[in-house]
Amino acid sequence: MGATVTTTEEKIWNGGNEPMGASYGKMMMWFFILSDALTFTGFLAAYGFSRFKFADSWPIADEVFNHFPFLHGQDLPMLYVALMTFILIFSSVTMVLAVDAGHHMKKSRVAFYMFLTVLGGLVFVGSQAWEWKNFIKGEYGAIETKGGSIIQFVDQDGKRIKLEEFAKTLPKDRVQHERKNGIWFTKEASLPDYSVAEVVEGFKANPNIYVRTQEAYFDKNDKKGVHPTLNKEKHKTILTREESLARLNDAVHVVQGANLVRNEYGSKQFANFFFFITGFHGFHVFSGVVINFIIFLNVILGTYEKRRSYEMVEKVGLYWHFVDLVWVFVFTFFYLV
Amino acid sequence: MAHEHNLAIFRGRLKFKSNEQKIWGVLIFLSIVTAIEVVLGIYKPTALMHPLISPFEGGLGATLMNIILSPFIFLIPLNFIFLFLTIVKAYYITWDFMHMRDEKASLRKAVVWTFVFLALYIALIFLLEGDYIYEVYKTSLIKWNF
Repeated sequence: MGATVTTTEEKIWNGGNEPMGASYGKMMMWFFILSDALTFTGFLAAYGFSRFKFADSWPIADEVFNHFPFLHGQDLPMLYVALMTFILIFSSVTMVLAVDAGHHMKKSRVAFYMFLTVLGGLVFVGSQAWEWKNFIKGEYGAIETKGGSIIQFVDQDGKRIKLEEFAKTLPKDRVQHERKNGIWFTKEASLPDYSVAEVVEGFKANPNIYVRTQEAYFDKNDKKGVHPTLNKEKHKTILTREESLARLNDAVHVVQGANLVRNEYGSKQFANFFFFITGFHGFHVFSGVVINFIIFLNVILGTYEKRRSYEMVEKVGLYWHFVDLVWVFVFTFFYLV
Repeated sequence: MAHEHNLAIFRGRLKFKSNEQKIWGVLIFLSIVTAIEVVLGIYKPTALMHPLISPFEGGLGATLMNIILSPFIFLIPLNFIFLFLTIVKAYYITWDFMHMRDEKASLRKAVVWTFVFLALYIALIFLLEGDYIYEVYKTSLIKWNF
């Protein structure tokens, strides 16, 4: 009698009791995934908040993320992120295959698929690093005005042009402050390639350049100072020459690329949310790679073979798929919508 | 581990012989969905760039209709398609890659309903508030773009 009672209690308390048919570890992984999903939901909702708030002046993703490796200077929106998405989905597939092989107790297959998963994860993190590099470096450069809005430059066809294509070279009076020069051993952020005066003078010397503002253009409202022919519905507004020169009077900063303070693409929130959300996701991918690698080593060492169960692979698999799942949403909200 | 895999997707219309085949099948499906998204995202067909219905005006009935039909009034069809396809992809990742299809209905509901309710709730609040501030910027005397 006593023995029976003890066994029952053991069954209840030592993981024998499986609510909803899921083992303790799997259940805890689902708890974690649910809470992490809600964290990401909060971030994306905050992103949506800022986007709704600046609905008419938010940067257009296709103009920002249009690089592809080895194809310099070409306008190729979407393709690179699509490739990244595919890489991540594929590494999810190798993960499911590893779990499936685990169910059949095929140790070498599990190890092989785990290896491919780790590889896919590394390629994805690398791709994201490249994407960040392009984002931080920027391409065209822009001017920030007194009010904090970003103005960009286009030629007579409405195509974006780089600062270096028209900025004048003036005698420099401003030297980069380095750590070794200052008494307090501090340094300043690196200076942009051109000063405000150089950009403004260059603009005045080239009559075929126009200013493009952050705001979207709508056919129905005819504002003063809007260029008569270059504007397209829902694209950023291009100004007339006179209005452009007036706008440049307020220029205070030359902005090249992006950092956490300002960026050449437009709304300041845009870069902050990009860094924060893709960074947080990238951190998840990175930790996923580390965890997957540990599990991969355990598989090779035969830990799960001795345990006669590959459930651990299934548990990290859940996390890995979750990372993929989050990317599907990041992809939609940052690049598509 | 012991439990069987459910090998049918698309509500039982497509059955696979083994779990491994189902995985490849789902991969192909997800790739097609992603490809559709990318093509639409690159070409942005003009037919899909304007909301299908313009908002109703006047009275409680109009307000109610605006709420009920909000996806077609306040969203352009392109974004509606993107959101729909995203949820489709999320469904297949969760159901087939994360094996939700093979879990008990109680676990499925505990995870999915909790998430869906809270996500919709926070999205609704944040987006309504964001839109309100947009209106304030647009219609009031605050001038920020100088």
